Amino acid sequence: MSVVELEGELGSAVRGDPRPRTRSGTLSGVRGPGRGWHRWVSPLVVVLLWQAASASGLLPARLLAAPTRIAATALDLVGSGTLPTAIAVSLERVLLGFAAGAVAGVGLALVAGLSRAGENAVDPIMQMLRALPFFGLIPLFILWFGIGETPKVLLVALAVSFPLYLNTFAGIRGVDGKLAEVARTLRLGRAALVRHIVLPGALPQTLVGLRQSLGVAWLALIVAEQVNADAGLGYMINDAREFLRTDVIVVGLLVYSALGLLTDALVRLLERRALVWRREFLSR
Amino acid sequence: MAPRVPVPLTAPAPPAEETPRNRKRPESERTPAGAASPGVRPAATVRGLTRRFGDRTVLDGLDLTIGRGEFVALLGRSGSGKSTLLRALAGLDGEVEGGLEVDGSVAVAFQEPRLVPWKRVRDNLTLGLDAPDPAGKAEAALAEVGLAERARAWPLTLSGGEAQRASLARALVREPGLLLLDEPFSALDALTRITVHRLVLDLWAAHGPAVLLVTHDVDEALQLADRILVLDDGRVAHEWTVAAQRPRHRDHPDLLTLRAALLAALGVPPEGTA
Repeated sequence: MSVVELEGELGSAVRGDPRPRTRSGTLSGVRGPGRGWHRWVSPLVVVLLWQAASASGLLPARLLAAPTRIAATALDLVGSGTLPTAIAVSLERVLLGFAAGAVAGVGLALVAGLSRAGENAVDPIMQMLRALPFFGLIPLFILWFGIGETPKVLLVALAVSFPLYLNTFAGIRGVDGKLAEVARTLRLGRAALVRHIVLPGALPQTLVGLRQSLGVAWLALIVAEQVNADAGLGYMINDAREFLRTDVIVVGLLVYSALGLLTDALVRLLERRALVWRREFLSR
Repeated sequence: MAPRVPVPLTAPAPPAEETPRNRKRPESERTPAGAASPGVRPAATVRGLTRRFGDRTVLDGLDLTIGRGEFVALLGRSGSGKSTLLRALAGLDGEVEGGLEVDGSVAVAFQEPRLVPWKRVRDNLTLGLDAPDPAGKAEAALAEVGLAERARAWPLTLSGGEAQRASLARALVREPGLLLLDEPFSALDALTRITVHRLVLDLWAAHGPAVLLVTHDVDEALQLADRILVLDDGRVAHEWTVAAQRPRHRDHPDLLTLRAALLAALGVPPEGTA
């Protein structure tokens, strides 16, 4: 369930009956058809069919390797150290790019969100830049930064900064004006208002931006690594293509998606801790 | 239409001395009347207050004095400028014209409790609280409104009545000279409202702030206030002093008379003629 959906439920629940809800609320009842093994049957059947097609020669290995072959290759790649090295290189690119993009995106959102002058200075530029297809920038990036690490990290940074900027900015501007009034009647100064009301109020939306930006971070990395990489997961995949090694390609893709799921889980963990004030309400 | 002249049904109470805070005061010595007694600064003085929204004049040269420790209820039809006046007194409206003077600090309890949802109940009370041992004061204030064991709760888990009590505690913990209540009971169910009314009277008696209660509930005003104002055309159009002893019974003859007058002033026709 996304945070946006949560917000809807939260809003309606707040506006509705103010009396305490019973523990048997519908929210938990709706959740989770994911009971046990039922949900594993159909994926397993697909893998079995895939294996059968490969074994019978219906699906040649140069189009798609058999699942067993892919598993064996994965073990080999781990054993030889190729895969761990590639993952380390790719992770470093993503982390560097993400860090730079997050600082830029959140920083610019604070500048634009906290003052009219900042908004006038920053927001028009960001809105224009966001219309650019950033993968289309690759040729320029190569001309500007060569084919080393810099254009790859920068592409990730660029991709990350926009969702974070847009969501953080919207989050800051979406903070309930009534709470800002409360802050004024409580004699909070500007700094305290930002710290106690604005930033925590913008946090849910910022976390939505964080999840989106991590998603595009991996996407940007994959695209960047297709271009003249000499190390990393993308290089491993490109190299495998030259030798028609579909098993290696699939291993690379699986690693990409596993890393994507992992970072998403991390954000959700963060969300659960940071938005605990909301969770306890929802789980009643 | 009701006559536009203030009609005191009961004699105005004599000006009383300033009463020390934090003491249960007997009924007799409470409440200075609206007019300031010599030597004692009123809790709030409003002179010629005007507020325009575009072409519309919502407050039109309004005059009002609230005595120290006085409980004033402000009635008026919707759009009569009740909330505009309250927001001006709360310092939330920078575009009013005229004189506005408040002695001491102001605290507000709003219609919706407006607790900060990401701060636990206790931290809502200590937010912006500039006093020694804020946590201890917050705990004491929560105990006073009967929420001691909810101090660590998240605001969204409170019931409507609990949230409104927490909001009152957040206002009172600042020991205001003037407490502004903006229809804080209107969203509560009838039973909770009675409990909270009693609580407000107890807190008022114990802490002695001047209170300006904006409400659209005539009976609420009759139950709680020393003085009832009716706002119309941007001014105080009617004014009554309520001398009846508290706790007041709804069918007290004075209150029944006053109720009829109030309803007439608010433009509600007497029963049976509608």
